[in-house]
Amino acid sequence: MARVSPEINASSMADIAFLLLVFFLVTTTIDTDKGLTVKLPPLPEDEEDIIDSKQNKRNVLNILVNAKDQMLVNDEITRIQQLKELTMAFVDNNGVDPKKSDSPDKAVVSLKNDNGTTYAMYLSVHNELKAAYNLLWNDEAMKQYGKGYEELSNDERKTVREIYPYRISEAEPADYDN
Amino acid sequence: MSKFSNKKGKSLPAISTASLPDIIFILLFFFMVVTVMKPNTLVNYTLPQATELVKLENKSWVHTIYIGEPIKRLQGKYGTAPRIQLNDKLSEADEVQQFIEFERTKVSEKEVGLLWTSIKADKEIKMGVITDIKQELRKINQRKVNYSSTPRGENWD
Repeated sequence: MARVSPEINASSMADIAFLLLVFFLVTTTIDTDKGLTVKLPPLPEDEEDIIDSKQNKRNVLNILVNAKDQMLVNDEITRIQQLKELTMAFVDNNGVDPKKSDSPDKAVVSLKNDNGTTYAMYLSVHNELKAAYNLLWNDEAMKQYGKGYEELSNDERKTVREIYPYRISEAEPADYDN
Repeated sequence: MSKFSNKKGKSLPAISTASLPDIIFILLFFFMVVTVMKPNTLVNYTLPQATELVKLENKSWVHTIYIGEPIKRLQGKYGTAPRIQLNDKLSEADEVQQFIEFERTKVSEKEVGLLWTSIKADKEIKMGVITDIKQELRKINQRKVNYSSTPRGENWD
């Protein structure tokens, strides 16, 4: 009679697998990177190109942030909370207010910051500008397509963005004050 | 004698647990595949907050530059001034170009234009450091930049 080899006890297999499972559960971080995305201007740039002398001064929204994180928007002290509204009013002016832009596609935002500005402040300014444009894009998308900007196809988004081009010019940094 | 009488007294057969390891293994493999080990950071940073966040989709096209105060262990050697971390070591701003070149070799030529540089910087650092990096990135024509931040509510407090 042939010998029957005894079955290997596999009941501890589950325990071993559990142990490994717990290890991976603990070490897993399923986080995707989130943030504000920007496109830097190319280097042999003439920063002044966007804001050239031909361009009417009224079409440029000048934002200056100093080392104490205080902000000047077109020479007026402004709090960050007001920036979104201000930008929207400026861009979407269509020539009504003589101090604001002629039309959205001519409007340019010029952002200058000091070397001593904190990163948080700089990012807040960027964030508010983006928020302003996102709202404008969304309104335009609603008007044209009857749905939010997020739901548009890439081509439709492009059309909307051409009406309100997002143009931020960041001048070379300098120590404006100390 | 009833046909069924002999059932009485017999206990229920034990539920087979033979498939349990298989189930656990499936779970295990799932987590093994999605796991990304936390990168070893040599600097401390608290990300700033923002509302208009965009998700970066393909991780293999994203590389990260960390900026912040060196961790306690390294403060004796490097001090507490904000430093840049590229890959696994503290670096200077002029090494950024080299870093980008190396990242570019990892992807095919077509994908070079799709690369994102994600900047994870402490919210308290001064813009001077960031500007230096921005200049370096522009020099090497790596223009897609993500300022990594955490979400916050719409309203200002």
